[in-house]
Amino acid sequence: MGWFENGWGLSLIVFLPLVGAAVVLAVPRARETAIKAIALGFAAASFVVSVIATVAFDFGSAGYQFGADTSWIPAIDSRFHIGVDGISLPLVVLSTFITLLCVIYSWNHWPEPHNPKAFLVLMLVLATGMAGTFVALDLVLFFIFFELVLLPMYFMIGIWGDRNPMRLPGFKRPVETRLYAAIKFFLFTLFGSAFMLLGFLALYFRSGNGGLPRTFDIEALSARGAEGQLFTGTFAFWVFFALFLGFAVKVPMWPLHTWLPDAHTAAPTVGSVLLAAILLKLGSYGFIRIALPILPEEAKAWAPVIAILAVIAIIYGSLACLAQTDMKRLIAFSSVGHMGFVMLGISTLTEVGINAAIVGMVAHGIITGLLFFLAGSIQHRYHTREMARLGGNQKILPRLGGILGFAAMASLGLPGLAGFWGEFMALLASYNPFAGANLALFRSAMVIGAIGTVLTAGYLLWMLQRVNLGEIPEEWREKSFRDADGYELGAWVPLVLATLAVGVYPAIVFGTTNDSVQRLVARAFGG
Amino acid sequence: MFDYHALLPEFILGATLLVVLGVDLLVAPRRRWLAGAAGIVGLLAAGVPLLTLAGVGGTREMFAGSYVVDDFALVVKGLFLVAGAIVLLASMSYLRGDRYYEGEYYFLILASIAGAVVMASARDLITMFIGLELVSAPAFLLAGWRKGDLRSNEASLKFFLIGVLSSAVLLFGMSLVYGTTGESTFTRIAGATAAVSGESAFVLGVLFTLVGFGFKIAAVPFHFWAPDTYQGAPLPVAAYLSVGSKGAGVVGLLTICYSAFAGARDVWGPALWVLAALTMTVGNLTALRQSNVVRLLGYSSVAHAGFILVPFAMAAAFEGPALEEAFFGSLTYLLVYAFMNLGAFAAVIAIAERTGSREIDDWAGLARYSPTLATLLGVFFFSLAGIPPLAGWFAKFVMFKAVLGDPGNAWGVSLAVIAAVNAVIALFFYARVLKAAFMDPAPESLPEGAPLSRPLAAALVITLAVTLAAGFYPQLLAFFGEAARGLALP
Repeated sequence: MGWFENGWGLSLIVFLPLVGAAVVLAVPRARETAIKAIALGFAAASFVVSVIATVAFDFGSAGYQFGADTSWIPAIDSRFHIGVDGISLPLVVLSTFITLLCVIYSWNHWPEPHNPKAFLVLMLVLATGMAGTFVALDLVLFFIFFELVLLPMYFMIGIWGDRNPMRLPGFKRPVETRLYAAIKFFLFTLFGSAFMLLGFLALYFRSGNGGLPRTFDIEALSARGAEGQLFTGTFAFWVFFALFLGFAVKVPMWPLHTWLPDAHTAAPTVGSVLLAAILLKLGSYGFIRIALPILPEEAKAWAPVIAILAVIAIIYGSLACLAQTDMKRLIAFSSVGHMGFVMLGISTLTEVGINAAIVGMVAHGIITGLLFFLAGSIQHRYHTREMARLGGNQKILPRLGGILGFAAMASLGLPGLAGFWGEFMALLASYNPFAGANLALFRSAMVIGAIGTVLTAGYLLWMLQRVNLGEIPEEWREKSFRDADGYELGAWVPLVLATLAVGVYPAIVFGTTNDSVQRLVARAFGG
Repeated sequence: MFDYHALLPEFILGATLLVVLGVDLLVAPRRRWLAGAAGIVGLLAAGVPLLTLAGVGGTREMFAGSYVVDDFALVVKGLFLVAGAIVLLASMSYLRGDRYYEGEYYFLILASIAGAVVMASARDLITMFIGLELVSAPAFLLAGWRKGDLRSNEASLKFFLIGVLSSAVLLFGMSLVYGTTGESTFTRIAGATAAVSGESAFVLGVLFTLVGFGFKIAAVPFHFWAPDTYQGAPLPVAAYLSVGSKGAGVVGLLTICYSAFAGARDVWGPALWVLAALTMTVGNLTALRQSNVVRLLGYSSVAHAGFILVPFAMAAAFEGPALEEAFFGSLTYLLVYAFMNLGAFAAVIAIAERTGSREIDDWAGLARYSPTLATLLGVFFFSLAGIPPLAGWFAKFVMFKAVLGDPGNAWGVSLAVIAAVNAVIALFFYARVLKAAFMDPAPESLPEGAPLSRPLAAALVITLAVTLAAGFYPQLLAFFGEAARGLALP
């Protein structure tokens, strides 16, 4: 398996979907079955290769594996450097897994306007961007993959999104939600990433000051950052701020989150799933992979800020959820809160905290992905997402309702399910943050975060009560509904199983991440 | 004195000019496209000696150093030849549709390209001026090609008056430089700079030269002719103006600033800083308000001129490798911009033919009835916006990289921040066109449009291929930028 370990395996994971997109483009639009089969084939192949990578992964090693480091753009000293370690492997698998499930779900659930070819092409391009971000070990390469997801998601929201009109201040006529959400998503992310790029370049130039050649290599920059000589003072402060802008918009952290509820609510079902399950993780992954190891001192200085913003996000997200009447919007706001826990974990800069962040990311990906699938299917059947009009769903659609109940329980952090570990450990870590941290601040964050978990339970149970329980409203009594079909179950059951698996045996994720996290923390923060 | 090998591209272009006129005389009106085809063959043939010259390598100087064929000249000449061929391809169907004078049109485009090719090698004030006039004069005529159209007349007249004014300003600046230094060859001007650098006449000469070129590349505040001219001129001519003519201006500016005025960097550096910041910001903000796609592209090309100037602007603060990097940044930006902007214009020509309109609102729902054209539009417009994985990202990247060459320099960092904000603003107006094409509902009655002609399709395929390939593998174009960076070294 030498070829597999020399970068080809990872390249296959990343680029198979892109090849699939090109093949789909070449098939005439009328041949829908062929198009769907091709897309499914390439998504499945990418997933299978990522599973093979997991099997072949050496769990005893903390460094990068399956890497390649070849010439790419010598003119700017950027190289095609890829590799996975314990931190990125779970996220790579998560992204290929969710993509595959999205293709399965899409098989007979197409948003209007009906155009499977274009939709699948965009989905496959997205898959390449997502997986690529997690394997890139060169800042320029990372930037390309990070940005690659923008175009497909912009079109996905803008073309297939919510057509309900909304009123905007300053506009006389109402605007369709999808148009507003799409451009808002695009502009916010681009704004952040433009500054992130400036930060990358600043790192590149400063990296040459020690007499070594300048480099965009994340591994080399982390090593130089850990020495604490090059990236110091106001320079480091502004660079961290630039990176922070880029990643925080993507996560999204309060107060840069306002694109999220709009984008998640307006996107077609599969778009919401991909956004919530994976795109948000690009931001938090960026913090772990780039910002913390390269600028450890600044990370310490910024940690209280991140912790405060994370806690605000937790409380704000929960309160906002309680104010929602739209089920999908409620789930969208819940992401703000859940990502708040992830960021709280990261801000502690400890092994426990960062492990918590990664397991939180994986759990949020699985559970919120499932919730968005369910919200989409509910809308597909009732043609509304207004919780006031829904009710008694458990009686009307027992299978769908049962899974919704399960997903809500998982999302509120019920022990034994995946959502528990991320939240619990993030709180645990903020009791005992990195050496030299402001203990009062982090412990207050822990207490407030714990209140947040109660609120989380509150709004999710409230949603369940309004959607799933109670009597069937007048409106739906005479109508007949079809319960979850095979394609829906095909997409959901694996997520349910994954939620259970991670919940009962979290070592699936911890076992992978722990060594790499230890290495990161030991090198950057000396403990 | 005469290095025939080095001058072969110019000779071939000259011969092509005559052949085009001859073909136009001899063939029946129905077959006038043969003149265009002859022009394309001539452009490609002129490219062959570029390859052999590159193979032999080395710098060839002629006429006491006023005409130089080095790697920079070869790269830039190659760019103009390819851009010219693409413009001719995009012109062929456009001309046939409206029964213009075909042969003369091709002749004038080729003459203008010949001027650009001369400029690439010009290393002396007079040669540079002659090259620039040879670029501009045919373009005045071309802008007014649609005789019956008032807008085209306006375009031509505005362009002509501003063009003549800018030439006068440029010439005045050059004469001051010549008067103070007593030299006209760039290398010798550079040598004489130290003695006169304090003289206000010399400083004024440098600034007037900048202003003259500022008009040519449509930098703010010398840009106001550009959108009107683009809108009124035939579309392929607008494409040519935004790439060929603007490119020639940029090349002239690069050569003259980095060689002749190498010692006066503290004069032109800060001036270009202001020019760059103004040009990007005004270009982008004005583009936001356009409802006509061609005007929008006009302002977008103004903004791109600003991005090209960004690396330039920091030259006063940089030394050695960082200076070279700034040169590389501007040139590589130009290379990428040429292909994606020609592609954008080719797509606009095709869509204007299909929909019969250049208004953004009339393109609503284009993706429904013409998905291929809509996709092409998306690729080129998002590339102009600098979104990966399309080639435009690399142009933006090298620009940022060049200007941040010294991360401690507050001027560089602030210009980079202005550029970053502008990059975000730019996205908004490009996305607006695509919103109409992809997300708005199609009209009830679809416009009856002509099918895509083959030459235009070829132009689209070439630009698309470069835009995609250079997006994934930027070294494709960066290689040429690298090869040419030697000019920046003293």
